[in-house]
Amino acid sequence: MSMFTGIMTNTWIAGTLVAIVAGVVGLFVVIRRAAFAAHVLPLSAFPGAAAASLLGVNSLAGLVTFSGLGVLGITRLERWGRREVATALWLAASLGLGTLLLSMTGQYSQEVYSLLFGEVLGVSRGAMISIAVLSIVAVATVGVLFRPLLLDTVSPELCQAAGASSRRMELAFLGVLALSTAMVLPVVGALMVFSLMVGPASCARALTDEPHMAVLLSIALSLVTVWSAIALSYFSNWPVGFFVGALGALSYAAGRAYRRFVH
Amino acid sequence: MNAGSELLSVEHVSVSLSGRAVLRDVNFKLAPGELCALIGANGSGKTTLLKTILGLVRPQSGAVRMAGASGRVSGMGYVPQKISFDPNLPLRARDVVSLGFDGGRLGLPLPSRERRARVDQMLNAVGATGFAERRLGELSGGQQQRVLIAHALVRRPRLLLLDEPLASLDVRSVAEIVLLLRRLATEYETSVLLSAHDMNALLPVMDRIVYLANGSAVAGKPEEVVRTEVLSRLYGYHIDVVRVHGRVVVIAAEAPDEIHAAIARDPIHTAEVP
Repeated sequence: MSMFTGIMTNTWIAGTLVAIVAGVVGLFVVIRRAAFAAHVLPLSAFPGAAAASLLGVNSLAGLVTFSGLGVLGITRLERWGRREVATALWLAASLGLGTLLLSMTGQYSQEVYSLLFGEVLGVSRGAMISIAVLSIVAVATVGVLFRPLLLDTVSPELCQAAGASSRRMELAFLGVLALSTAMVLPVVGALMVFSLMVGPASCARALTDEPHMAVLLSIALSLVTVWSAIALSYFSNWPVGFFVGALGALSYAAGRAYRRFVH
Repeated sequence: MNAGSELLSVEHVSVSLSGRAVLRDVNFKLAPGELCALIGANGSGKTTLLKTILGLVRPQSGAVRMAGASGRVSGMGYVPQKISFDPNLPLRARDVVSLGFDGGRLGLPLPSRERRARVDQMLNAVGATGFAERRLGELSGGQQQRVLIAHALVRRPRLLLLDEPLASLDVRSVAEIVLLLRRLATEYETSVLLSAHDMNALLPVMDRIVYLANGSAVAGKPEEVVRTEVLSRLYGYHIDVVRVHGRVVVIAAEAPDEIHAAIARDPIHTAEVP
């Protein structure tokens, strides 16, 4: 079987969609300093997939539900001033709940493994359609809100003065982040969503001073990360999560180095 | 100023925020092209008054009227209080001004010759052409202030509101920004209302001032307002306006303890006289 035929075709398409969404949304995660949310949401969404497989419904529905609940949790925590202890316990409890729910399904260890570290090779045709729809929704929402969202990132007050609600921008952004988390998670894994969103995007914002170019670069770097991870995983038989994590960290470091030494 | 020629009328505005009276019966008018300073100590209600004029805070009583305005924030540009910008934000000075042109709109911005021309012209007007391509977060305080003024003015508002634009600027930048505002007010026939806790650099070039103390205001030409009897009436106890070495100093003669404390916290009342 070649790297580009059969079941691998879906892998490449899903990987590409996931990379585009992570690139677009990830840039806003980085510039809005929402790394906290990007870290919390995938872990709080993790039990969603397990609950869905237990109930026999589409796992994306479970992920979207739980990451939506995660958004509520985050806004609550923001109001309380981000209690670190509460957050840490909540995340650990989420992971625990996920493993409990998975232990009730048939293939415990394999499911846990693929949800935490990604299972890029197992994208079914049905999942492909959901992934495609979620990608379009996420990217279109960022496209429509691009200017007010950017303005709100610069200053919520300037956003208000331009007649756009800063609160709505924040909620819309968290909503998009929850959706993209739900779709990126099954492919790269709950532990690697953060790497894919933050690594390429923080490199992109270091390489250019221009916001539109930063979005395009972020997509490009995210694509390179995902494509390389799939190819390397295919040839080495090492888990794709390893490569996503490593390449994410590498692009972050490259961006820092560029800013420090070249710029 | 003849009746009817005003651009902005603030009519008997009172504002309470979470039960506390912040503004009481504030009343003043602004004519087109006038440069006006809103003077008051920290906590005197300057920001609240600006936000009320912008329509972001609703007054309990009274009204804010803009001549010929229809929309909520139409015809006003706003420069908020000192913002610290992230140097990691990929956003050039030019992009900030561009966001002032159409940053509230939905959809991806298509390249527009009009926007480009307006942004270039505005950058030039505030003297920011030289650093237009640099990141906002890497500019000095004075440079950032110029960019924010361009952001607020690029849609050619009839009224420009600035919240403490001179705070945390060095002396030279303060003088430059004040002169810039004076020039822009005249050139673009834009009325400018800026708040400041220090009238030092402002009195010589202001057409009028609004002096806020404890939520009440007195407005007029600088020489009409900065006077012993006028400010004493406003503060509700005797204060002296003293002119020393070409500067105006406002001194509380026998102030209650809390006033002493307030003055010690915020020694605001010095001003230069032309």
